[in-house]
Amino acid sequence: MIAVGERINGMFNDVKKAIQTRDARIIQDLARRQTEAGAKYLDLNVGTAAEDPEAAMRWLVETTQAAVQTPIAIDSQRLRVIKAGLEVARVPVMINSTKSDPEQLDKFMPLALEHNAALVCLTITAEGVPQDVNKRVEICANIVAKAQEHGMPMDKVFIDPIVLPINVAQDQPKYIIEVIQQTKVLSDPPPRTIVGLSNISQGTSQRALINRIALVMFIAAGLDAAIVDVLDSDLMDAAITAEMLLNKQIYSDSFLKAGRM
Amino acid sequence: MNIPDVREKWTGGINEVVLGATRAEGGTRDKVIRIGGGKTIPLMRFEGDIGHPPVIAMDVLDVAPEDWPAPLLAAIKDVAGNPAAWAKRCVEDWGADLVCIKLDGLDPDGANHTAEQAVETVLKVKEAVGCPLIVWGCGDHAKDNEAMPKISQALKGERALLGCAEEKNYKTITAVCLADGHNLITLSPLDINIQKQVNILVSDMGFPLDRIVIFPTTGALGYGLEYTYSIQERGRIAALTGDKMMAMPVICDTGYESWRAKEAKSADAPEWGPQELRGPIWETVTATTLMQAGVDIIRTRSPQATAAIRRAIARFYG
Repeated sequence: MIAVGERINGMFNDVKKAIQTRDARIIQDLARRQTEAGAKYLDLNVGTAAEDPEAAMRWLVETTQAAVQTPIAIDSQRLRVIKAGLEVARVPVMINSTKSDPEQLDKFMPLALEHNAALVCLTITAEGVPQDVNKRVEICANIVAKAQEHGMPMDKVFIDPIVLPINVAQDQPKYIIEVIQQTKVLSDPPPRTIVGLSNISQGTSQRALINRIALVMFIAAGLDAAIVDVLDSDLMDAAITAEMLLNKQIYSDSFLKAGRM
Repeated sequence: MNIPDVREKWTGGINEVVLGATRAEGGTRDKVIRIGGGKTIPLMRFEGDIGHPPVIAMDVLDVAPEDWPAPLLAAIKDVAGNPAAWAKRCVEDWGADLVCIKLDGLDPDGANHTAEQAVETVLKVKEAVGCPLIVWGCGDHAKDNEAMPKISQALKGERALLGCAEEKNYKTITAVCLADGHNLITLSPLDINIQKQVNILVSDMGFPLDRIVIFPTTGALGYGLEYTYSIQERGRIAALTGDKMMAMPVICDTGYESWRAKEAKSADAPEWGPQELRGPIWETVTATTLMQAGVDIIRTRSPQATAAIRRAIARFYG
């Protein structure tokens, strides 16, 4: 599983403060610790409080890549903030994310291609988040068709089927599993799938446990990537073990370590 | 009709390992040899870079072989017990790319040579030939751990390939190879899980991955060849899909293993055809089969097999 470290996000107080005061140490410490913990990408999100979000994103990208060579996921809902990050990025980039209306994809896919970046496509359109499997798969098929139209390689397309909090929509996880499975047969090679995991346990009393079990279930269904708290070592151990059991990694006595390399 | 594109797209590859160092690089070798570098399955040129062709390392024993079958012994009889002359013949007459100095004489149950004797042997071979060197211990951990630091030191700068690091005995040889700039063979007993584990253990000591050569242990034709093949194949595919702990070139020991087969060594079996052909055929078939799974250094013993394997390499990689 491609682990995307979620911690450099202005929603967390320490990061919010670091962005405000331009305190590089906090960001770089998080970048290093997440990389050591097995993050293959570092998600960078300036949060909602940043005064000048474009300048903040530029600073986050530059600060992070001054400390580690780990690829980054530039995380924003605003195109100009994403572009600001892309301008200064020297490491491989994942753009996180775009909604999947055709006109949105027509904007984001050429941008991703131009920067040789991966692109997270949410199964959200102007109509909102679909509540069932069929609508989600229909959006996935449209994403694949658009990627083919733009000549975007499928290993750069990450479809996010949108994980909702379990205490809001308890029927959703099994839909997510079905969508992950069905996405695999949309094209050959198939697009990749990604989830923002932590959302599933929002507001619950057992966040870590729910995150961990959900991730293993999604991995078993074929999930390729997840935006997670990589510093949660139980979570990472569970993900690595699941992949080892699926024969995606050759077993060795140090398999938990090997899975983070 | 459209023909489907069946090419696999791999994300990883086999590390390139450099063996030997010339005078300009601080050694004394005439040439360096590069192995590995493949970015796809062997022979699948249409998919990508198949890397450097395999090279042949001929065995040179530090003692006169006692149990070699007559046809094998015949070729080296006059130089047995004289490793320098033996090595020279391997390189000059039989075209070996490297020599593998096999220190069986260190074995306490055998000649029980001292570490100093082993160093002397290695240095004589070094003077006699200009090719890069492989030095392989006797397998007795205590004895190897005594000798290898001295051999490593004596060869400092030569970028030799020393073996073997094993799961239960890896620290000494890894440390000296690291200190003296040599390459390292990691051994696992036909067990892909241990193979990966040994690589993790030596890399934990700070040993660079691009100086490791894997010895997954070889089974000859009729004696586990298909098992060896499937392990090497699985390792190669893991490497190609990005497993850095499996991305090392592979060495196989076709000489010793093939000549252990009764079909190769039995003198009294006329129904199997002339004995002088059986051994070389056994070595050749074992080696050329493993080449298709992915092998980078082939250890041989007979000159006929060496020549036949050389022709096969030229045909596969020419």
